[in-house]
Amino acid sequence: MRLADTFQMAFLAIARNKIRSFLTALGIIIGVGSVIAMVHVGQAATQSVTENISSMGSNLLIVSPARARRGPGGVRITSPPFTIDDVETLEHEIRGILVAPEINTNQSLVYANVNHNASILGTTNDYFEIRNYQLDRGRYFEPEEIERSATVCIIGSTVNDTMFGRSDPLGNNLRVGRTSCEVVGILQAKGASFGRDLDDVVVMPTGTVQSRILGNMDVRSIQISALQDGTTARIKAEIEELLRDRRGGSGREDDFFVRDMQEVADTLEGTTRTLTMLLGAIAAISLLVGGIGIMNIMLVSVTERTREIGIRIAIGAQVKDVMIQFLVEAVALSCLGGLLGVGVGIAGTHFATQAMDLPFVLSMDTILIGFGFSAFVGVVFGFFPARKAANLNPIEALRHE
Amino acid sequence: MIEPDTSPESTEPIIEMRKIRKIYGSGNTEVRALDGVDFRIEPGQFVSVMGPSGSGKSTCMNIVGCLDTPSSGAYLFCGLDVARYDKNQLALLRRNYLGFVFQSFNLIARTTALENVELPLIYKGVKPAERRLRAMKALASVGIADRADHAPSELSGGQQQRVAIARALVSEPTLLLADEPTGNLDTETTADVLHLLQQLNHEHDLTIVMVTHEPEVAVHTRRVLYFVDGKLVDDGPPSEVIP
Repeated sequence: MRLADTFQMAFLAIARNKIRSFLTALGIIIGVGSVIAMVHVGQAATQSVTENISSMGSNLLIVSPARARRGPGGVRITSPPFTIDDVETLEHEIRGILVAPEINTNQSLVYANVNHNASILGTTNDYFEIRNYQLDRGRYFEPEEIERSATVCIIGSTVNDTMFGRSDPLGNNLRVGRTSCEVVGILQAKGASFGRDLDDVVVMPTGTVQSRILGNMDVRSIQISALQDGTTARIKAEIEELLRDRRGGSGREDDFFVRDMQEVADTLEGTTRTLTMLLGAIAAISLLVGGIGIMNIMLVSVTERTREIGIRIAIGAQVKDVMIQFLVEAVALSCLGGLLGVGVGIAGTHFATQAMDLPFVLSMDTILIGFGFSAFVGVVFGFFPARKAANLNPIEALRHE
Repeated sequence: MIEPDTSPESTEPIIEMRKIRKIYGSGNTEVRALDGVDFRIEPGQFVSVMGPSGSGKSTCMNIVGCLDTPSSGAYLFCGLDVARYDKNQLALLRRNYLGFVFQSFNLIARTTALENVELPLIYKGVKPAERRLRAMKALASVGIADRADHAPSELSGGQQQRVAIARALVSEPTLLLADEPTGNLDTETTADVLHLLQQLNHEHDLTIVMVTHEPEVAVHTRRVLYFVDGKLVDDGPPSEVIP
């Protein structure tokens, strides 16, 4: 029997029962579609995490006080914040790093009749380099301004857009809380990271935020950038040693921690990768269920067509002819389902990434694996019904009503 | 050209059954569907097989048609002992040397007459163009070429049986087996189909074995094999066998 005839026969059989064929393939369509969509969304999430973290700055280390714990008798023990002195000591004692304090708060901004709530950041000029901020227009802080806690600020692009619209903010006074600040610079847009708008920010000298807005001299966290790649682990150890000394000796539990963002990035990437695998595996189960659906319908079809199979065997179809015919039918069904599933998967990826604000990137590997799986499922689950058909006894099959 | 009914000595018989037994079950429930059957059928003969139901005539036909194998005995088909052939060897025999016509026509539904007739050639691996040509020729030879594009459901019983005969003839078989081919037809179409079979036998020297339980059908053949209880009890011209 010619291969072309086998295929034609299979496709005719599929076309003869269009609705049933579609419903049978639906399991595979959903299975392949969800495998492709899930894996793609997972990959997009991984990519987005990586991009988010690298947008925060390279070789970034963040030092913060330890979180509040429960001490003996349920007493809350809070870790003391850092001081400017800590920042300066780190800067002097450890070589090859940039250090900047970070003081965060939220304040309402007022300019003309516009009102807006933004995050306020007290720091020094090094912060811009550590966190990869570029100046769009204007200037950074003068050393003298930092020294005397001058009321100046550099604003992010979101603040610029909402507060000033089309007018030029440079030289204008923006009211931050109860303090009036002169805008001296505008930052280039950086986009969002982990859902937070990095451009909705007003940066002011450390002392200005401390004394004029918050009214205390605490430093909430210290941002550090290692100037050389691959030194973050060493620098982390040095920081820990230094701060341990300054904050009450090495005998007790550390009341601060140093986060190496590269480590965090690796962990997050690993996590999303594991999640992707998990989602893919769950989706693969639906593919399996789809395969069982195909087997079920093929078995029904064999029973239904028992007489036809008997006729074919009587007029000279060999075991392998019947076997291949039904196998090709199952594989063609599942491959058609696989093709449609690829379309559904791509569409699903598109909608999901759009909804979750993730990059829409298709990987050929994922698509091919998804489709290949559908063909594989067809062979595996088509085999049993095909064998059943091929081994029918022609005499009994011809007598079948 | 082989003359019909040539003497057995001059040519090799198409069918030679020697002490064929077909036994189902074992011990107390043993059923001897065929119990030591011997006969020969020469090329060009038109033979009918008769007997009451349960007499073993169907079992015999299944063995003759290479759809089944005997429990014991030798079955020589054109000199080949096919009694011990496996499934695939039997399928090849059927494909290359046998044509089947059934009581219930057994055309494949929702498939045109032409496609039904093409089917044996598909399994033989004949290319589409040649296949079509040969199938059309076979349809023409049974006088139904104008119905080539109709599905079985659009054809009358007589027409369906003609398509079935065309399908049996298309691979140019050595032997045509007909299992009560007129069982589902009215008197007039029965006569038509019988006439067609006779014509094929006369004009093309086609060897035909036909199962029937109607004496008025059997009289159109030249020889009747009469089975009772798994045994061949009578063998001769219809005038002698049929009371």
